[in-house]
Amino acid sequence: MAVNSAKLIEIINLIADDINANKEFLTELDSAIGDADHGINMSKGFKAVTEKISAMADKDCGSILKTTGMTLVSTVGGASGPLYGTAFMRAGQVVGNKTELNYDDLLVILEAALAGIKMRGKAEKGEKTIVDALEPAVEVLRSSSSVDAKLFEKAVEAAKDGVEYTKGIIAKKGRASYLGERSIGHQDPGATSTYIILAAIHKALNEKSS
Amino acid sequence: MRRLLNDPYDVVEEMLEGFCRAHSEHVHLYEDDGRVVVSNLAPVKNKVGVIIGGGSGHEPLFLGYVGENFADAAVIGNINTSPSPESCYNAVKAVDAGRGCIYLYGNYAGDVMNFDMGAEMAAEDGIRVETVTITDDVYSSENIADRRGVAGDFFVFKAAAAKAAMGADLDEVVAAAKKANDNTRSMGVALSSATHPATGRAMFELAEGDMEIGMGIHGEPGVRRGKLQNADKVVDEIMSYILPDLPFEAGDEVAVLVNSLGATPLMDLHICYRRVAQILDEKKIKIYSSLVGPYATTMDMFGMSITLMKLDSELKELLDYPCNAPYYVKK
Repeated sequence: MAVNSAKLIEIINLIADDINANKEFLTELDSAIGDADHGINMSKGFKAVTEKISAMADKDCGSILKTTGMTLVSTVGGASGPLYGTAFMRAGQVVGNKTELNYDDLLVILEAALAGIKMRGKAEKGEKTIVDALEPAVEVLRSSSSVDAKLFEKAVEAAKDGVEYTKGIIAKKGRASYLGERSIGHQDPGATSTYIILAAIHKALNEKSS
Repeated sequence: MRRLLNDPYDVVEEMLEGFCRAHSEHVHLYEDDGRVVVSNLAPVKNKVGVIIGGGSGHEPLFLGYVGENFADAAVIGNINTSPSPESCYNAVKAVDAGRGCIYLYGNYAGDVMNFDMGAEMAAEDGIRVETVTITDDVYSSENIADRRGVAGDFFVFKAAAAKAAMGADLDEVVAAAKKANDNTRSMGVALSSATHPATGRAMFELAEGDMEIGMGIHGEPGVRRGKLQNADKVVDEIMSYILPDLPFEAGDEVAVLVNSLGATPLMDLHICYRRVAQILDEKKIKIYSSLVGPYATTMDMFGMSITLMKLDSELKELLDYPCNAPYYVKK
């Protein structure tokens, strides 16, 4: 796999499409344990991202990721804006001026994103957040000396399992935490959108190889 | 949906356009950022900048309290959503007069992350910004630092802004805001959900004829859900949580705020206030001043909250200090 800047923009556009397609679903999940706006705000933010990065194919991958992050911070709002924004900005920092990315870079990107989200949200695994989907995926990618399509598929599966896992635990962060035990039984909207993003990346990378 | 709206995605911009036009003698939108409502007097020479803010949908909360001797700016997010770090930072640029700024807002995870990022951006410019989050909602957590901010925001904003208007430095304004917050307690009841403009649907389910005691202003769950009871019983239950929490005791003096969550008639609010006053009389707690009306709402939600603030001579002076804002005037 070799992802150049144009392909990276394509991948982010696909993320935006999938977030938009799941807008109602995410909002529904959020209305059960949050404030019913996750899908709306994420969809609006990624729409702004696609406009901002559309003319960036001649820029390096780090700049594209950083612009994505800054746009998410300024358009999504809520907790998701700073969290996803910090994730993409951190990813942009570690990628730097590279103009082509491979699967090993994907691990470095997701590790940086995870560290950024944990710092900004002061969150750990098991608190019913984005971390519960992202950390298991990163752990899968770390489990082998090199990353390939197969391993990434497993990582996406792990993120999906992570979303399932959030159903059984009590929310400890954000508005859902006010529900206490009543948050059990509901899957976390943030973990869900993280899975949607990872699945979209996987789909985009497979389109490339087929 | 019973709302008078245009494109649901334009509600905040259209509201702000109308607000700044209607109250142009007090406020305007910051030229570089349409989500920052600025007092026409800001930056006020030699004064600490007072910046309040949060999500939309709680009007007159935030934007209605920008004006003379009150907040210098309000940063406005989407419905129930924190404003962006950029807007929080732009508010600092709009009002800083060289003595630093204070961020005051209800304690919600999203607001904390965004305002913190705004403060980090201001620090890079060498502008000192301190934060006091408001945590008056007694039922939201056992741990006071984790509690949410609701209508008590008003008292904390008023006290801190008065302190700043008197010429205090940033540390003194922070201390006044903390003292106001430490002495303020609130709790509410919801009788219906608000309608989210973007979805056109209720933000949460609450059946006709039911109520939820202790519910938060975004529909966060409360103590219990049950059949709607009469005003006195509802007030009695809410006061049974508020009074022991601080605690408020015989001999104390308090400011009282009976607040509408949006759709509750003044008739109902005053019936509730009457019961609050009866209970305070019984407990030998003296009412120093009272406010009854919509101060921190959730759009078209039917419900009410009660806020008590325990006063000493400093807090009385701060509440009594004259101010002139679109939705609050003190002479």
